[in-house]
Amino acid sequence: MYRILREILKNGIKTEPEPKPDASLRTRALGKDASILTGALTVRHVDAGSCNGCELEIHALNNPYYRLEGLGIGFAASPRHADMLLVTGPVSKHMEEALRKTYEAMPEPKLVVSVGDCGKEGGVFCQRKNYACKGGVGSVIPVDVEVPGCPPDPAAILQGILSALRLS
Amino acid sequence: MHFEGIHRTASSAPVWTLDARVESWLDIAGSCLEHGGRLVSIWGSASGFVHAAYVFPEGMLVARCAVSGEKIPDLSKMFSCASRMQRAVSDMLGFGFDQADDRPWISHGLWPRHPLKKDFDPEGQCMSFEGDYPFVAVEGEGVHEIAVGPVHAGIIEPGHFRFQVVGEKVLRLEERLGFKHKGIEKAFEGLSFIEGARLAARISGDSTVAYSWAYAMAVESVCDVKVSERASFLRGLLLERERIANHLADLGALGNDAGFSFGLAQFSILREDMLRANRDLFGHRLLMDLVVPGGVLKDIDSAAKDRIAGECAILRKKVEDLREIYVDHTGLQDRFIATGKVAPELAAKLGLTGLAGRASRNASDLREEHPYPPYDKLEFAMATHHGGDVAARVSVRFDEVFESLRLIEQMVAKMPEGETVIEVPPCSGSGFGWVEGFRGEVLIALEIEQGLISRAHAHDPSWQNWPVLEFAVIGNIVPDFPLINKSFNLSYSGHDL
Repeated sequence: MYRILREILKNGIKTEPEPKPDASLRTRALGKDASILTGALTVRHVDAGSCNGCELEIHALNNPYYRLEGLGIGFAASPRHADMLLVTGPVSKHMEEALRKTYEAMPEPKLVVSVGDCGKEGGVFCQRKNYACKGGVGSVIPVDVEVPGCPPDPAAILQGILSALRLS
Repeated sequence: MHFEGIHRTASSAPVWTLDARVESWLDIAGSCLEHGGRLVSIWGSASGFVHAAYVFPEGMLVARCAVSGEKIPDLSKMFSCASRMQRAVSDMLGFGFDQADDRPWISHGLWPRHPLKKDFDPEGQCMSFEGDYPFVAVEGEGVHEIAVGPVHAGIIEPGHFRFQVVGEKVLRLEERLGFKHKGIEKAFEGLSFIEGARLAARISGDSTVAYSWAYAMAVESVCDVKVSERASFLRGLLLERERIANHLADLGALGNDAGFSFGLAQFSILREDMLRANRDLFGHRLLMDLVVPGGVLKDIDSAAKDRIAGECAILRKKVEDLREIYVDHTGLQDRFIATGKVAPELAAKLGLTGLAGRASRNASDLREEHPYPPYDKLEFAMATHHGGDVAARVSVRFDEVFESLRLIEQMVAKMPEGETVIEVPPCSGSGFGWVEGFRGEVLIALEIEQGLISRAHAHDPSWQNWPVLEFAVIGNIVPDFPLINKSFNLSYSGHDL
């Protein structure tokens, strides 16, 4: 126990201030009911065919530098408990139905943030027509915010999440 | 290897090729088994060939055999991992194998059949059969089924797991993968070998350096280009950084999956510090798009070397401290020890490979067995363990972090002078790249016609290890599955392609 406490004390508090929302990431206007989620947001992540790079950076959001939970944002195991879907990947045809069903299972208001270049428009996998992919997340479900990058760094993903909630 | 007509390729790893006939297909596999070798990969090509890559004590032998409609002999009786690979070849090219399990594997019926065939029509008819996929069911009093996925309860890749359980105890697990199939092998076709590097870097995002390197090695082997010593040292440096970053993430997540969130917080700080150093030194947190055919796109100066040396010293101390805490924590060890055990005999029989294999005394590591540059110039000791349980896989990860730190320090100290990247002229032929990634060996097989890719095959060690995971969970309780799964940390993207 002593050594655990010593390590915690030695590290101190690493948390950095969160980024400001960026309205230019939005694909449509902010709904008036999104504001009720500010301060307590539950996110469901769906990997719809990514290379796993975006997932590594989403994981990093939970580390002490970004400390997502400190902002009142947590990940849920079920879409029925979720206010927001965080979706990666050039939606593979094999994941299209699962993604749509996950979206349908969410209560209103439903926010959707796509993560990465693949989530935005299919990325490197869809430069030419691809028999196995639908392309961006927006081709399957409505998207509020798109975070570009390959992969976007954790601060950019956090900025995307916050931009879905509020304008400033 | 005593075969007539074998031919050494120009790859910087020891890779031979052999033209085989259907009649000798099983003999080659048998000979490999006799020499204590292993099967790495099976793939097909639209030009009518099936390929199998084996490892012999002298190196890799890639046998290829022309097929024209006849049933191809089944390798899964000798190498159990062959079964799913053969099913995948059938899905992609329509080749028939002489095996009992002829269920589709990668295809879910949502795209037209046989996409790698030359006359494939992406607009063709398709009909989903996924609802009827015949899982093996267990019957008996008190047995029930738990279906999990493809969307899982965490930040992980999609796949489907079908458990048959009694109470909390797992009687049987069957995996259903392929959800992430995004046509990568088809997408390679027609790209120039320069363009292909960007796609290769995204086969599995956590192994981007390993795949980029294997791809570059394959291109260089086709074009008979030798990269500078400095470039190979830089590649080694990047690969070991990737390995450490992945092991740090896994060590934290394994602590967390056993209820020790302190471990996750501490290890994720170390990982984040490392990724930030990657961004500062190399311009990308995950080190994507740095290893290219011909060399490496970033060089390091003496200030960078000092920073890396300092980082290594800090990491070693911190990881040593955390290891002591893990080892002394009875609650944690109680969850780790004897959980998800794959005994060494079973591991050998099923062909468990890579990190998980080494944790079950199935010792193989290319960096030691077949040291391609720069590993031929470096001191390296493979980490192994006989336990085969979660605790052993944790222990091997700790050992490998220290060994990678030692490698990085050697590479920084001995870094030779020279060009970091040289031009690769357009060429034709076939070549191979074979690299020890953090999970195990990755393989890229490449065919190039006048600078354009006509066939690219990528193999991830997860093909070998996914089937073994089904055995590792037998007799364990359902709540231990996430812990066991994490201890293997297998790739979905690298497998589904």
